[in-house]
Order: sequence, then structure tokens, then C-alpha cells
Amino acid sequence: MPTIRFRLNGIETEIDADPDTLLLTALRGQFGLTGAHFGCGAGECGACMVLVDDRALTSCDMPLWSVADKNVTTIEGLGNQQHPHALQRAFIAEQALQCGYCLSGIMMSAAGLLKQNTDPTSAEVKAALDRNLCRCGSHNRMVRAILRAAKELRAAKETRAP
Amino acid sequence: MTAKPTPSPVAPLPPSLAANPKLSSWINFAEGQVIVSPGKVEIGQGIVTALAQIAADELDVDIARVKMVRTNTVASPNEGVTSGSLSVQHSGRAIRFACAEIRKIFLDAAAERLGVKPDVLTISDGAISGPGNVATSYWELAGDVSLDRDATASAQPKSISQRTLAGSSQQRLDIPDKVFGRPRFIHDSPLPGLLHGRVLRAELAHARLVELDEARARKVDGVVAIVRDGNFVGIVCDTEASAEAAIAALRKGATWSPREALPDEDHLAEWLKRQPVDTAVISDKKATSPVHVARTIKRQYHRPYIAHGSIAPSCAMAQWDGDHVRVWTHSQGVYMLRSDLALVFKLPRENFAVEHMEGAGCYGHNGADDVALDAVLLARAVAGRPVRVQWSRADEMSHAPFGAAMTIEIEVGLDAKGEIVNWRHDIWSNGHTARPGRADQPTLLAASELAKPFPRAIAVDPPAAAGGGSDRNSVPLYDFPSWHVEAHRLKVMPVRASALRTLGAQGNVFAVESFLDELAFERGEDPVAFRLRHLSDPRSIDVIRTAAKRANWKLAKPDGVGHGIGFSRYKNTGAYCAAVAEVEVGEDIRVRKLTLAVDVGEAINPDGVINQIEGGAIQATSWVLKERVRFDTTRITSNSWTEYPILRFSEVPDVEVEVISRPEIDPVGAGEAAHGPVTAAIANAVFDALGVRLRELPITRDRLIAAMELSS
Repeated sequence: MPTIRFRLNGIETEIDADPDTLLLTALRGQFGLTGAHFGCGAGECGACMVLVDDRALTSCDMPLWSVADKNVTTIEGLGNQQHPHALQRAFIAEQALQCGYCLSGIMMSAAGLLKQNTDPTSAEVKAALDRNLCRCGSHNRMVRAILRAAKELRAAKETRAP
Repeated sequence: MTAKPTPSPVAPLPPSLAANPKLSSWINFAEGQVIVSPGKVEIGQGIVTALAQIAADELDVDIARVKMVRTNTVASPNEGVTSGSLSVQHSGRAIRFACAEIRKIFLDAAAERLGVKPDVLTISDGAISGPGNVATSYWELAGDVSLDRDATASAQPKSISQRTLAGSSQQRLDIPDKVFGRPRFIHDSPLPGLLHGRVLRAELAHARLVELDEARARKVDGVVAIVRDGNFVGIVCDTEASAEAAIAALRKGATWSPREALPDEDHLAEWLKRQPVDTAVISDKKATSPVHVARTIKRQYHRPYIAHGSIAPSCAMAQWDGDHVRVWTHSQGVYMLRSDLALVFKLPRENFAVEHMEGAGCYGHNGADDVALDAVLLARAVAGRPVRVQWSRADEMSHAPFGAAMTIEIEVGLDAKGEIVNWRHDIWSNGHTARPGRADQPTLLAASELAKPFPRAIAVDPPAAAGGGSDRNSVPLYDFPSWHVEAHRLKVMPVRASALRTLGAQGNVFAVESFLDELAFERGEDPVAFRLRHLSDPRSIDVIRTAAKRANWKLAKPDGVGHGIGFSRYKNTGAYCAAVAEVEVGEDIRVRKLTLAVDVGEAINPDGVINQIEGGAIQATSWVLKERVRFDTTRITSNSWTEYPILRFSEVPDVEVEVISRPEIDPVGAGEAAHGPVTAAIANAVFDALGVRLRELPITRDRLIAAMELSS
């Protein structure tokens, strides 16, 4: 089996696998990272989204070979209880979910948006999240949480600036 | 003669506590924690948090000390199924009464140990103290106080003003795990030595397996077992990737033949009315004084089959060890699932230990129970090792039960002045539940696929006392002088149907509230005022007025914009809800805004109530604008998100919710209150915008164009 190398949540990683293995299968299987969820297996619901470099992409239809030498970030790499990402803080503050199965994909989708647009409008957030499905109807709370995180990130950046 | 004093009950025991009276089955104390064991399960509705709030409040402990146990058939109280917006009502009341009594038992025990009277003691975060610095705690006393005794309801729960947690918005306990991607769902919880199973199901409906060539599948690395029992076929592998590869290979080797045709989707409304039925009179109200019907108007409404469409495919794990079977499931009723498993395997119920783990929001009876039987069937073939089975998206969208399609006919009798004097409501529908555990035959999918099959279950309707099924919310809430309501339940079920959020209420409220709107329009009356003058219940009047006021009813409207109202009291006994919709009809139909008022009595977690109402409103918008299970005569064709689209972020309306707080009234659930009113409000707003009334769901652009052509 060929070896595929990439950076997973900031750590240099290699895996011996069929290059056509799906990224989600490897993440949840070999790497034991179950934050990205299987929803449809066809890239239609977004529950499995991760960041590949700075873009949010579905991992259930993405072969491993396509992430060779790239940066893959999952929800586990976004932040943790000790060092939460602004999005994680904001989703807790807004209580922005019901069942939460779609949540990690939606947060990674939002993380991808905020890399490209630090000051999105509500309509821009919604447009960016159109690749993600939520069945519980938590959409508006999620949009509010993302706008809140964006604001926090901008404020933090200004504080850091000289 | 001296009688031993018996505690005098302050109230009858809440039903869940009466059915499970032993206090220790609900509450235990260990290592600084309060262990609360409810019989209702978390399905994303926040119940675990609301119940923790109630327990912490009654016992005077910090909510951080409350540990909620996952419901299981080994130790949890049996509270049936988590459905019908009853969890706060049932579990909440039971826990409130149990905790009040336990608090009193501990105060008495503390008083005895400390040599003081119980009424001088206070409890703060579980520490019990009194004058002169005497102190103990729940945990110090726990070894001496047995809770293995039956509840008597002899202690009065706290009054509203004494509660500090219930009634205030609390952060949900399950949210941090989900936000940080920590394993919480059944899908993410590997057991040691876990094997992976997949089940082969035909695309054809009710198919018979004619031939199965296993050769290709056997060549896949990691195959542990192939299981065939009649039309049931599954595979067990050592990794999930192998299982996927093997099931794909097996699919290529399978030949199926169709058995029973599905109905003609294009004429579903009429098809429902032509089937053999059981008819039940739901309500019959005779006028107290003679009425004269001058004319009648009849209208027909229809809703299609609707999919649960959980974002997660159904999943379960099982381990078959000797005669003992462990099952992990996201079923809404672990005891009921256990009953059906016992029926299928002809083993005593006690041989099965069924434990709940969280799944994605299910919104009713989806594939959760079915996949549990799949997992047990596969686990039996690899005795001793746990097997995890996960359905495919296509199976989830085509083999899980659907919410039943309905045709509703209402005929109204008007007197000479055009006032409503008679109201007749008829419903044709499959029953709205085929949940496991309620009949002497199992209702689980694979049970009907085995070589010795159980008959396919035909859905039934819950009794009126439980809110009814196809008849839910069909009895008018308005003060009409007379009415007659009948439900015609189909005795055939070619399309598999069972409980979907609200059961028949969404269809019935859509019909009733659409027709009222039409009658108001015909009389030139404002639809809000028209409703109000037919209502006398103050809480009904209050939610309608509150929603209308909050929405600034009735705004002037630009071209293509319309406003509509819808109202109901869920199940006629639950939460009151009124909704105002603002829609814009241009290239497409867009719901811009929904304004809702809700009255659930005491709101234990007000933010939780808002979350449920908002979620229900958005889900209902999706049902109304988009959703319809599609099929041809041989198979369900809407088996992907492309074929079964739901509302997307950019299509979601703004939603405002006002909670009318009534802390003095016992709480009822909020999860299903919004669907009916929102459905009707959108339909009425579309009429307001265009002057065209659509009586079939979903309300789509194509249907609107067809209706406009017909009316021009």
C-alpha cells in the first residue's frame, strides 16, 4: 500500500492506504477522529466537512490521494475545551443546535468562510452554509453564532494589532 | 386504639411515578453527585437538561452535581416512548415529586442524626445544616437512608417562588461535547472488538430475493460472516470500509422481484379515499338549539407522505453472548424495542439489555428500531462480538417509515346570515403509529423479511386520550354550535408509515385553519378577528392576540407579499401556539418571516422552549414548501437529498418567538406545537399574496402556476 502524507490538525501524518480510500473513512477509522460525521456519503449534506488547507470540503466523497501534502483540519483540531475556537464559544453562547449531528460540519463550513471573509453579512453566512443541511431547524441560531464568532475574531485581531 | 400515622398524599402520584414508584429507580446519591435516571431520552430537544434543572431545584444542589443516566432496560424507570411532547409532563413531574419526597426523607434523617428538628435545617448545594453549626449532607447520610421505597407523594414540591433553576434559561448539558466533536452519538462510540455490519435492502418496495450470488462478496478482505434468512441479507466485516465494499459486491449478486405495487403518486389524494378502511366517529357535537343550514361548502385538503430525514442514518450496536443480548440504540423507547426483540427471537424480555445512546434528531419513528433488530440478527452470527450496523442514506430515505399521507374533507354548514352552524371533518389516512412494543406482533422491518416472516404491521392510531393519530387536532377548538368528526383508517399499507412529529395534527390544522381563512375572506372579515370571535378560551385568545401584535398585524403589503395566520392547541390539550407568516411570491415562494406566540404553561427552560418552537417552525416551512416522498409503482424514488430536498440556509425565514409565561400552570411540551399553525399560516399568506388557494401540500411554484391557470 502506498504511503500518503499530510498534516492532520497541525501534525505531520502518514498513512499506508489505498489512495482511493475516502478521507472520512480514514479519519473515523484509522485516526479515530469521529467528530466529522457520515450523513449521506455523496457530499450532499455537509455533516462530514473538514478544512482542506483553508477550504471547507466534504470528506465523504474525497479520496485520500487528493489531500496529499495538504493541511486537513477537523472539528477536533479547531479547538478544545481548554482552548476553544471563537466559533465553539459562540455556538455554546447561542445554544445554537438541537441534536447537533450536523454541527461539526457546519462549524467547519463556517471556519472556512471566516478564513476568506472576516466580516460576513448574514446573507453571506447563509449562502456559505447552503452546502450544509440541518434538520432540526437550528439555522438562525447558527447564523447568529457565526456572526458573533466573526465579531469576536475581528476584535481580537484589532487588540493584537499595534 | 392508635393508628400508625401514614403520610397523607398532597397530590395523586404523577403517572410515571405511579408506574415506577421506587424512589431509587429515579434518584441516587454517590460521591458528591446526584444520579438522576429518567425514562425519557435525549433526542436533541434538551430534555436531559430540563430534567436536571428540576432535580437540582427540588433537592437544593448545584446543577453541576447532577449526573443524568442514559435510559436502559436494566435499571431505568419504564416511561414508554419519548414522544408526543410529553417528556416534561411525564418525567419532569415524576422527578419533581420524587425529589421533593427524597429531600424530606433526608431532612428527617439529618434531624435525627443531628438531634434537632427538621424544620430548623436548611439545604445548600446538598449540605444540610442548622443552628449551632450542626451539619451533614446527602452523601454522608446516603449510606443510612434507603431509597428502595415506594413514593407516596407526601411532600409538596417547591412553590414557583422557591424555585431558582426551573423557569430560567440554562445551558444545555450535552452541548459542549457536541461543539468540541467529542464522541456522544452512538455513531461515534466504538466498543472494544467492534465488528461492522451492513444490511442489503432492495430498491424495489416489498421485494422478494430470488437469487443471491455471494461469491464476489466473499472475496472482499475482512469478511467475517454473510447472513441470510429469507429476504434478510447482511454482512459482518472487521472494518467499516470492508463492510461497505462487501455489501456493494453482494448487491451486484442479488436478484429481486417486486410483489406489491405502490399507489399512483399523482392521484394519491383520491387513492386514499378508495381503500378499505375502519371508520371511527371521533367527536359529535349536537347543537343545543335548532340550527338552519342555508347552504354548505365543501373543501378537500391533502398532505403527502413526509420523510423523517434524520441527518444521521440509523445505527445500532448489538452483542449476542450465550442467551444474553446487549443492544445499544437511539430508539425513542428502549423497553418497547426490547418487547419486539423478544417477540422476534422468542426469548424472554429479560434476556435483552437495551441501552439508549444519542442519535441525530429523529422527529418520530424512523429507522432507529429497525436497525437495532438488524444489528441483533448479525450479532447472533458472530456470537460474543459486538456488531455495529449503520444504514445507507438511500435505505434511510426509502425503508424507514414515513409520516402518513392524508386526505381531509371539511364540509361547513352556514345559516342564512353566513354564520357557521355545522362543521363536518373527515380524514382518510393510514394510522399514524406502528411503533414497536405495542402489539403481539413485532413491527420491526427485518421481522417481515425473515424466512419465517411476521406479517407486515399496518399502522394504527393512538387512542383519543393520548391525543389520537390521524384525528389529532381534528376536533374544532372553535365554538361552533355543532360538528361531526370521522377518521377513516386504511387497512392496507403499501407505503410504510408510522409516527412523524405531530402525527395527524399538521394535516388537520392545515385543513381547519385554511378553511377558516377562506370563510373569513368570503365574509370580508379580518382572519384574526374572525378567529377571535369564534373562541372563548382565554389562553387561545391570548396566543392569537400576542402573535398578531408582535407581527404588527396587519401590515400593508407590497405586491407579491402576503400575510397569514394559523392557530392550534396541540392535541387540543397541550401547548397553545399561533403563527403569523409573511411570504413573498416572485420567481419562487419564499417565507420571509414567521412570528409565533406559544403558551406551554410553566416553561422550565425558556430558551429551550424557544429553540423547540423555532426549530419546529423552520421544519414545518420545509415540509410545506418542499417535502413530498416520491415513488413510482415499484419503488420509492426520493432516496437521496437531491431527490428529497429540504429547506436550505438561504431559504430559512426569520423566526421570532414570544413565550407567554404561566408558571402557575403545569408544563407541557413544545416540540410539536408549531408545525400545524405554521403550515396553515404559510398557506394563508400565499392566498393573501396571490388570491390563489392551494389545498395540497407541498405548496410549490409549479402547483401555484397550475392553480392560477385553472382559476383564470
